Amino acid sequence: MRKQLLKLLNKNARVSLADLAVALGADEAAVADEIKALEAEGILRGYKAVIDWEKMDHSYVSAIIELKVTPKVGRGFEEIAERVAQYAEVESVYLMSGTYDLNVVVKAKTFQEVAMFVAKELSTIESVTSTATHFVLRRYKELDVSLAVREPDERGTISLC
Amino acid sequence: MLNYEQLLSQTIQDIKPSGIRKYFDIANTMQDVISLGVGEPDFFTPWKIRNAAIRTLEAGKTRYSSNSGLLELRKEIADYLERKYALSYHPEDEILITVGGSEAIDACIRVVTNPGDEIIIPQPSYVCYEPMARMAGGVPVILETKAENDFKVTPAELIEKITPRTKMLILPYPCNPTGAIMEKEDLIALEKVLHDTNILVVSDEIYAELTFGKSRHVSPASIPGMRERTIVINGFSKAFSMTGWRLGYACGPREILKQVTKLHQFAIMCAPTTSQYAAIEALRSCDEDVADMIAEYDMRRRVIVKGFNDIGLTCREPRGAFYAFPCIKSTGMTSEEFCEKLLYAKHVALVPGPAFGQGGEGFIRASYCYSVDHIHEAIRRTKEFLDELH
Ligand SMILES: Cc1ncc(COP(=O)(O)O)c(C=O)c1O
Repeated sequence: MRKQLLKLLNKNARVSLADLAVALGADEAAVADEIKALEAEGILRGYKAVIDWEKMDHSYVSAIIELKVTPKVGRGFEEIAERVAQYAEVESVYLMSGTYDLNVVVKAKTFQEVAMFVAKELSTIESVTSTATHFVLRRYKELDVSLAVREPDERGTISLC
Repeated sequence: MLNYEQLLSQTIQDIKPSGIRKYFDIANTMQDVISLGVGEPDFFTPWKIRNAAIRTLEAGKTRYSSNSGLLELRKEIADYLERKYALSYHPEDEILITVGGSEAIDACIRVVTNPGDEIIIPQPSYVCYEPMARMAGGVPVILETKAENDFKVTPAELIEKITPRTKMLILPYPCNPTGAIMEKEDLIALEKVLHDTNILVVSDEIYAELTFGKSRHVSPASIPGMRERTIVINGFSKAFSMTGWRLGYACGPREILKQVTKLHQFAIMCAPTTSQYAAIEALRSCDEDVADMIAEYDMRRRVIVKGFNDIGLTCREPRGAFYAFPCIKSTGMTSEEFCEKLLYAKHVALVPGPAFGQGGEGFIRASYCYSVDHIHEAIRRTKEFLDELH
């Protein structure tokens, strides 16, 4: 049930316990227990909404920052990655293969703020050797969800097939 | 002024349009309808398939294919049927690619029917068999399947319908609209009845991928003794969410397929080439996409069945296709009354059971080609409707 439950939640974390129970052919209490267990084991880490902020007045900007860093002896990239992850402005941090080391997604209210954050915070960290900032201009798909305009149901209302 | 009535074939004029046309027209023009009325997947055709088709368009592969369809596709279909349903057909002369399952059904009925031949059609079932039998000059013999038999065809019912004029038995399983399937034992029992007859079975397996629960789809042609008397009809519409591509196929003994192919060659030439290339990709690399869609349908199926039962409309577990077929006899209304009143009062669109044959009276068809939220809303409105009846 674990894997199936995670798959369902990954698709839609708002499905009610009742529906999850029906879908999994289990009872509600068992599903609730499994979710608690997954949370306790740190497998299920959080539940977030997919929002098209552009439709709201207070939109924000984000950027992908490529960081090159000098790994610490003994601790590799862990220490610097965890440090970068502390900032509220940082949405995600990934260790990368290829031409740079850390991929950091930063978000703030304006381009200015992002630029300042990179200049004042990230690039001043001792082991950071270089940064490259790429601003996000438009979002088309986020967390598997398309942000394109929704088409009406072209199948019509009723048919015999 | 031409006399069109005199001009048009008597046969086509005698085929009456479905009686619920009016209800459909209203439903289709009403605003803010929550519909469970459409039997067409809500999923898009997997991108891999669309992309493969685009590639062949770019490469200019837009000519006629051979009459039977691309050999490459027929080979893929042979592999697919072997691995999924333990069926074995020769790509060269036992598989024909058609314009949807629809053309395959029509062509098979036409090539075996002489005027007056009887074709046994179990109902409730998809609406095309009866008119096609009539157009071919055949006589449809309706076999009404029963709710208490889970809408399966029983040996006794079949024996009762067989006469010296019987040419063909349609087996519409997994079934639109009942969701019924035929298990292996059920098919073995029918084989015993058919064993010494000269009756051909046309098995419409368009929903074969969509079976749920412990046992999956069993093709009648895989039952010992049945292959020689069975034509398997299948297609891409439902399993791969490819309704608009219009692609299906017929497989069967070469003696019959040869004639079906002859008819197809004159009437159709060949199935759409772009769709055929797309279908190759579908069979080669979309097992996972199909599995995901099936998992989603299965979840919706459980939600909708529980939903109807919870509000007092008894709904047996549909084992195949993507329809629930709840019973509304407890309301004292006919299926059509129920659907019409529900549509006007709560803007919920369902299909009355009798649209699929008189045996559907007392039932309604609810498609679950809709999101779980959509299904919940339809059930909630239906509950309100039922509550207000009392
Ligand atoms: C039982 C059944 N057979 C055949 C068809 C036609 O399918 P196709 O799109 O392959 O022509 C349908 C369509 O709804 C159906 O329900």
